Amino acid sequence: MIDDGFRLLPEQASTLAPHVDLLYYFLLGVALFFTVLITVLIIYFSIKYRRGNTRVDRSSRPGHSTLLEIIWMVVPLIFSMGIFGWGATLYFSEYRPPAGAMEIRTVAKQWMWKFQHPNGHREINTLHIPLGQPIKMIMISEDVIHSLYVPAFRVKRDVLPGSYSSCWFEATRTGDFHLFCAEYCGTNHSRMIGRVIVMEPAEYEDWLGGGSAKETPVAAGQRLFEELRCVTCHRPDGATGRCPPLAGLLGREVKLTGGATIIADENYLRESILRPAAKVVEGFQPLMPSYDGQVDEEQLIQLISYIKSLAKP
Amino acid sequence: MTILVAPESAATPSQPRTQQRNYLTDGYSVRSWLLTTDHKRIAILYLLSITFFFLLGGAAVIVVRLDLMTPQADLVQSETYNKLFTAHGVIMVFFFLIPSIPAVLGNFLVPLMVGARDLAFPRLNLLSWYVYMLGELFTLYALLAGGVDTGWTFYAPYSSTYSNTYVMATAVGIFITGFSSILTGLNFIVTIHKMRAPGLTWFRLPLFIWALYATSIIMVLGTPVLAITLLLVGMERLLGIGIFDPRLGGDPILFQHLFWFYSHPAVYIMILPSMGVVSEIIPCYCRKRPFGYAFIGFSSVAIAVFSFLVWGHHLFVSGQSIYAGMVFSMLSYLVAIPSAVKVFNWTASLHKGSISFDTPMLYALGFVGLFTMGGLTGLFVAALAVDVHVHDTYFIVAHFHYIMVGGAVMGYLGGIHFWWPKMTGRIYPEGWARLSAILIFVGFNLTFFPQYILGYLGMPRRYHVYPPEFQVLNVMSSAGASILGMGYFFPLTYLSWSLYFGKRASPNPWRATGLEWQTSSPPPTENFSETPVVLDEAYDYHRFDSLAATEGGGK
Repeated sequence: MIDDGFRLLPEQASTLAPHVDLLYYFLLGVALFFTVLITVLIIYFSIKYRRGNTRVDRSSRPGHSTLLEIIWMVVPLIFSMGIFGWGATLYFSEYRPPAGAMEIRTVAKQWMWKFQHPNGHREINTLHIPLGQPIKMIMISEDVIHSLYVPAFRVKRDVLPGSYSSCWFEATRTGDFHLFCAEYCGTNHSRMIGRVIVMEPAEYEDWLGGGSAKETPVAAGQRLFEELRCVTCHRPDGATGRCPPLAGLLGREVKLTGGATIIADENYLRESILRPAAKVVEGFQPLMPSYDGQVDEEQLIQLISYIKSLAKP
Repeated sequence: MTILVAPESAATPSQPRTQQRNYLTDGYSVRSWLLTTDHKRIAILYLLSITFFFLLGGAAVIVVRLDLMTPQADLVQSETYNKLFTAHGVIMVFFFLIPSIPAVLGNFLVPLMVGARDLAFPRLNLLSWYVYMLGELFTLYALLAGGVDTGWTFYAPYSSTYSNTYVMATAVGIFITGFSSILTGLNFIVTIHKMRAPGLTWFRLPLFIWALYATSIIMVLGTPVLAITLLLVGMERLLGIGIFDPRLGGDPILFQHLFWFYSHPAVYIMILPSMGVVSEIIPCYCRKRPFGYAFIGFSSVAIAVFSFLVWGHHLFVSGQSIYAGMVFSMLSYLVAIPSAVKVFNWTASLHKGSISFDTPMLYALGFVGLFTMGGLTGLFVAALAVDVHVHDTYFIVAHFHYIMVGGAVMGYLGGIHFWWPKMTGRIYPEGWARLSAILIFVGFNLTFFPQYILGYLGMPRRYHVYPPEFQVLNVMSSAGASILGMGYFFPLTYLSWSLYFGKRASPNPWRATGLEWQTSSPPPTENFSETPVVLDEAYDYHRFDSLAATEGGGK
């Protein structure tokens, strides 16, 4: 909940948050231990060996001790490798969305967030999501780098111009939460903020259903696909022979002219629409014209959604 | 190193001090300063220039902290706010912190500490100051003409395409200033290799020299990459060649890789010299050789080497591959080890010492404490999953200020106090100096500790307006900053006062070992009347004090 109260820790509202906080508490413990250790030693030595204290034994001062040096290299090394492993494991799961996550398409620009739900519903600077459902954000920027940040979810991901980035989260509490742009993006950077509103799934369905009828991104993509005459070559049955079939393409391995193989992800589709000659599939000619300048970021997302929806024949 | 004559010269100055010729009295004309090739005078020129820029960078952040007292924008508009934090960052990093210890204390002390007459290339040294001043002029022009609003990090494509402010003038200023640090680094490396006094082997060198040697390596190897990066930004901005902006076919992440390839090692350009200063101060005020000399020395070199391998930890949320993120996270923990080694060795150096708490020692102990806290919070930001949360928040702001202000600036001030009698021939008022050291320590913690909490709560950095629940901590931080500002104001005043009214300093007022204390205060232009010969190890306070005791001169 957004409230004005004073607090020392942010609220936990995602499945990830308790895990990050646990590591944070552990790190706090480690930091506290070493800070106290160093401080206590400095104060203890400072008092005991102050110049005025002539009665203290200062004979046989050790100049160095290889054993001590090894100890205070190895102990921090073990601690830090443990922390590394812990942090890396969480990071791994953080950027690997589970299968079946609900996809929210996000376009960021100076200085607003545009979100589109799977059913086509759009909103600006406010994002409604259902509780307990993994949400995958597929994000792109129209201008400079932005960064989607929801502190209560402990999630942050830069939103880049020119390529899609993504992150995911699953809310565990209903309520309003801050959404910030975390990457400095110009004059009104600090006003590029919004709210994430987590609702009970049924409530979310009601909320989605309200308002005017919408065109889903897939439907909009299909309409564009026909309007832009993509369909003349990329026929639904894939039978023209001028181009590789699109059905079931997303996520598949593709062999390119020149021998390289890549996974056909959203960024590959985006590049192939804007710069078709950049990565040509083996066995085909670079015949396709560029659509750079003819489609905007939101239309690109719709086209890709449509292509994604084409099941394997 | 052995001090051949120090105790006597400390006790009985051979001639009336007022008539002693020294580098300050060797010519009074403006020309004799502006065309000097004396490393000591060049150090003074640098001292004046960086102090001016420190005040300018400080003034910018006063407005920032005042504006952040309330969640709304009330003092300045967002354009101005963004220009102010950019000015603060650019000035403090490129025009104050990077040149601070190397160009002032390093210039002054490297030849003295190695027993040389000057640096290897005295004219190159003067050139480096002029290059720095030229860079300053460009940046000043950019600031006066209207400022720049990209943040000191100049992230593309905002800097290369979108910002309508004076990006190019600032970038040219930084580009030019970079050459002054390359020249300084080059000069130090050659001097340390080739001009050490007879008998001054590598393992008899002061640890300050080890630290500056490591720093110089970074300056020479890292700075050209920054120059290349800024040149590429310029090519994109002026000629429209697509390098970073995807609309022109560029890659914005490439900028971040290039920028941090220099700017992460640059953090060590700022902190390593301070570590060197602390390694000089602690033995002197403990009257004993530092614990683990070789480990402190080699850890400086280890830090310099590792510093080049960790830049990717600034890109954990930016879209670099998650596997690259893991490699950089692990390497970042490795660079923490030599830093930890230093902290443990300094602490162990206090054991069985004869400790006094004069001003430089207060700064040195303050440094150890604050650097430890800054370093330990580095463990938080190197942990991938925690970094995802605190990246680009006030947690980061607090973390790097603990290193760069709590660490680097405390070390710089400690060094300035420690060598002030040597540089100026005057003693500063001890009472005021201790008071301000304590004020700075307290003010610093009040300013930046609340920012750790703010950051974990989720307040992003570079926010002009912010949600009201963050106000309490921001007010605490601003209140602390006013104490910190006072703390900085005091040394400026009493150090200037001491130039005219301070007690005259003997050649070795702190009874310190080290060649720089064997010559008069201030030193003559040629540094030493005859080339010193070094006969044994560094920091032999035991021998120094017993010699002094037998000759009845040691106080």
